[in-house]
Amino acid sequence: MTDAGQQDMSGLFRGTDGTHPEPKGRAADWTEETSEPASERRGKLGGSSAPEAQSNTDPKSGRGISATSIPAFVAGAELADLADTDERIVVLTADLAHANRTIDFGARHPGRFFNVGVAEQNMVSIAAGMAASGLLPYAATFAAYVALLACEQIRTDCAYTGMPVRILGHHSGMSLGFYGTSHHSLEDLGIMRTIAGLTVVCAADASQLRAILRASLSHPGPMYIRMGRGRDPQVYEQPPADFRIGRAARLREGSDLTLITTGSEVHPCLAAAESLAAAGISARVVDMHTIRPLDTGEIAAAAGETGGVLTVEEHNVTGGLGSAVAETLADARLAPRFRRLGVPDVHVLLGPPAALYAHYQLDAAGIESAARDLLAS
Amino acid sequence: MVRRTDSRTHPPRGTPGRDQLVARLADRAKFIRLETVRLAEIPGAGHYTGTFSAAELIASLYYAQLRYRPDQPDWPDRDRLVLSKGHAAIGLYPVLADVGFFDAGLLDDYTRLGSAFGDHPDMRKIKGVDFSSGSLGHGLPVGAGMALAARVRGRDHRVYCVTGDGELGEGQIWEAAMAAGHYELGSLVVIVDRNRLSIDGPTEDIMGIEPLAGKFASFRWNVQRIDGHDLDAILDAYDRLEPPGRGRPQVIIADTVKGRGVRRMEGDVGWHVGRLAGADYDEVIAEITAGLQPLDTGGRSD
Repeated sequence: MTDAGQQDMSGLFRGTDGTHPEPKGRAADWTEETSEPASERRGKLGGSSAPEAQSNTDPKSGRGISATSIPAFVAGAELADLADTDERIVVLTADLAHANRTIDFGARHPGRFFNVGVAEQNMVSIAAGMAASGLLPYAATFAAYVALLACEQIRTDCAYTGMPVRILGHHSGMSLGFYGTSHHSLEDLGIMRTIAGLTVVCAADASQLRAILRASLSHPGPMYIRMGRGRDPQVYEQPPADFRIGRAARLREGSDLTLITTGSEVHPCLAAAESLAAAGISARVVDMHTIRPLDTGEIAAAAGETGGVLTVEEHNVTGGLGSAVAETLADARLAPRFRRLGVPDVHVLLGPPAALYAHYQLDAAGIESAARDLLAS
Repeated sequence: MVRRTDSRTHPPRGTPGRDQLVARLADRAKFIRLETVRLAEIPGAGHYTGTFSAAELIASLYYAQLRYRPDQPDWPDRDRLVLSKGHAAIGLYPVLADVGFFDAGLLDDYTRLGSAFGDHPDMRKIKGVDFSSGSLGHGLPVGAGMALAARVRGRDHRVYCVTGDGELGEGQIWEAAMAAGHYELGSLVVIVDRNRLSIDGPTEDIMGIEPLAGKFASFRWNVQRIDGHDLDAILDAYDRLEPPGRGRPQVIIADTVKGRGVRRMEGDVGWHVGRLAGADYDEVIAEITAGLQPLDTGGRSD
């Protein structure tokens, strides 16, 4: 991971960090889809509502080469702002300070920033020890490594103890595309949501991430905050003022079915609902940002009021949001038309993220198709 | 970094004060062993031997070295103790009660349904437990986090971490050892209960960890190696610690004997978890009460 990372993320921080040597080699970032024209990529991923993805793209190369081309990685800057007035905040990372922009925190609060090197388990346990001494640690690294490799540390040192450690698992799902299964995190929700006492929240975009981080200041116990690839198209123009951990956000009303989704799939679900509307199908869209504790009332309302539920997640269909919703429906003896859309219990193909989303029906077109299938069932 | 103002130094060897202190600690180590035997009867099993090997270490920490206030268990300036070898909790609980963190009568429910006191310590249920443990290898990184927190918050307390030797096989131990050296966590003091036996046999047969002193030194630690049952040696090691603050993290490798204090258990791998019954129980109580006797080195398995 380290070798590839240092080679390929060089373009992430050009000119943004005076302490870092000038990157060498071609500009690229972790999620660049090199085999696909940039224009097509924007169309698939950003659509017309993704101004950052376009405005920050280098006009010459067509590639995003500056730090601002990853607008969703605002955790470092946001936490730096919060830390100006909250002395408890410390930030840790595991040799990904530039990739996840926690370096933005380190630049402003160097005495409260700790890069532990390539040692994710150590990072989580150190954070737990810090929390036991009254600090509020935010520990950020690839979701694949923190949620899978350091799962036991999260359970034993953070959740069992009730320590207010905030785990930031970024580049979740299959957003690392052609880096392959070692770098994918399609199991993290399933693992994290079985840990008692752990709050699990997914950020759909930069604004919602800011809202999550702000809410996390006073949230008791540990949190797993799942983040996308850092180039996520905008869903929320501003950090939603009514954001509450554990209370789903109904982003679009609808009467024929409900798309219950989370994180990176919120945006394509909204796009799918728009297309469905044009065809006379009224789809409600619920951003179930909090996977644990789950907003079961919103699920029951979706079942009762729309009669159809399609869950959509960038995660294995086993164990994640879809499973959680299915459990809720079964417990409540609710039987709407129901389908789970996610990665179909496989280690996914290798490819650029956009191609993967299309292949696994997790882009707007695929979601629209799945919704039609559900209504026809 | 704020310098510690009340560093404890112990009376020098050969003085009445030292003799009294050592006698007191020997008595408390005996108390730890007796209580371990008593409590293990409740569930019918216990980690006798890994607790006996650490009895002098735990006694010396709580009765001579740690800074704490039993009436204020969350005192921010207290020294922390992370018992990374959580299975020695059966020897820690009686000490925490004895020094005043809670009523000793609570221990009568040891391991019973709903009790706060299990085989491994739970910080959320037991006053005086600075961190929950049980999963081996976690104590050192947790302690490193506490030492970093002390730096962030400008506090001068130390963080002590008692580990076993078998648990040094956990990779996380060495991740944390590397980080502690890198961050110059001079406030972190690790005490390795080097009793030479893990569950399946001698560490050097199962997974060799020597040369241990050299390993820590190469990770940029200060290393002391002592006889972990020699109370004078333990006190001297404490007195040789560098003051807390930025500097090399510090490890005391305490060579001990698993099961020390009960002849039938000394160096016997079969007693990692065991049970005493009937006449054996009475004999063991009598043996512990008599105090440590010279080792029967022929019985040692290393």
